[in-house]
Amino acid sequence: MSELKRTPLYQVHLQTGAKMVEFGGWHMPVQYQGIIKEHQATRESAGLFDVSHMGEILVEGADALPFLQRLVTNDVSKIGIGRILYTPMVKEDGGTVDDLLIYNLGLNRYLLVVNAANKEKDLLWIESHLSGQVGVADKSDEYALLALQGPGAEKILQQITALDLKTIKKYHFTVGAVSGVPCLVSRTGYTGEDGFELYCHPEGVEQLWHALMEAGRDEGLTPAGLGARDTLRMEAALPLYGQELSEEINPLMAGLGWTVKFDKEDFIGKGALLKIKEQGADHRLIGLEMVGRGIPRTGYQIQAGGQPVGWVTSGGFAPSLNTNIALAYVKPEFAAVDTELEVLIRGKEIKAKVVTKPFYKKSL
Amino acid sequence: MSKVPVELKYSNDHEWVLLEGNRATVGITDYAQQSLGDIVFLELPQVDDIIEAGDAFGVVESVKAASDLMMPLTGKVIEVNEELMDSPEIINEDPYEKGWMIVVEFTDASQIEDLLSSEQYEQLIEENA
Repeated sequence: MSELKRTPLYQVHLQTGAKMVEFGGWHMPVQYQGIIKEHQATRESAGLFDVSHMGEILVEGADALPFLQRLVTNDVSKIGIGRILYTPMVKEDGGTVDDLLIYNLGLNRYLLVVNAANKEKDLLWIESHLSGQVGVADKSDEYALLALQGPGAEKILQQITALDLKTIKKYHFTVGAVSGVPCLVSRTGYTGEDGFELYCHPEGVEQLWHALMEAGRDEGLTPAGLGARDTLRMEAALPLYGQELSEEINPLMAGLGWTVKFDKEDFIGKGALLKIKEQGADHRLIGLEMVGRGIPRTGYQIQAGGQPVGWVTSGGFAPSLNTNIALAYVKPEFAAVDTELEVLIRGKEIKAKVVTKPFYKKSL
Repeated sequence: MSKVPVELKYSNDHEWVLLEGNRATVGITDYAQQSLGDIVFLELPQVDDIIEAGDAFGVVESVKAASDLMMPLTGKVIEVNEELMDSPEIINEDPYEKGWMIVVEFTDASQIEDLLSSEQYEQLIEENA
């Protein structure tokens, strides 16, 4: 394996006492003070995440829009300049190449934000399907990315920017200085909380990190690692590529039917997905809550009356709910809320029941 | 820095052992709890279970992962810390006192020789660092 990459904040993480782990080819902080503390801080005030490992791919040119329309399942034509679209990108058979965000930067320019571990694969996929007047460039080295998440995010960020954050609606972005650092500021995130993602040049990110931490001191802003990011997104039932999504899993099975726009012109995988829609997916993504004692983990078998009916994709302790939960694929007949199932944990069948997703809903 | 009390013995698997006559109290070390992070679930044996040294006597789960607890000395379980079942976070807070897991009546005193002194254990965790 090639050497692990470091984000521009690597030294800051070490100085902050982070425990570092390998994730998607990167050295990343998994936790600083503790996953539960960071999780709760994000739910109650705010958490600051370094997610600079994410990949940024620029797609531009006169034919950028029709090209992207063919490349992804969601309708890119629906997003005007300054808006963002979440979309799967699928293969001919409907299996998911990646899930990504598309930022409409204007002037036929779109920024695709992709999963770190998938970036090279995505680039190959995109380049091998190029058509028309379109240029594709990997811009990942030009972007560092911070996610400021939680109910206190707007108040904290507003202290160090002249941008009027109230005017940035969910899944919209703007550009401007934050603590003197030129940034693209979007109202997006992966925690189930309100929050912002701040894209800047790697040279400015350390200053940005410290300015945010300083601005958030009285608000209880806490640096948060990948551990909390995972428990937060799991409670919010947001899919993680490699677990809820993969080349073997199509977006319909993952409950992402709303991101597949059959009414737009042809796109890669449309035929296969249409067929799956008509026939019904063979498994469905459900939320499980443990009834018995035990923690469901990725890969554990789900049973009904002793018979295997599915598997856990993500599972663990949910700090905001104080219960053990899982996202799992089961055969459709076992997917109804309140269905009683078992999770096979170290050879024992432990009771669980199907619950509504998301597990955690932000109180407004 | 992890705490390594001098009066205890240690296993290579990061359990601590307090020896009193033919009884051994067993828990996991400060280093182990720090490495695991937030502990959220615990499985412990039943009183009267007989477990061989080197076999798993239970499971400890942190937010991120499940790990086996390894028996340091062959013997019969005579006490189990039930309080940990409802409050496994005690292990993070106080691994050597309130966080004790089981008391064993051990049957093969020669196995004590396989355990590490506090100095040897300190060396082990330094090598792991």
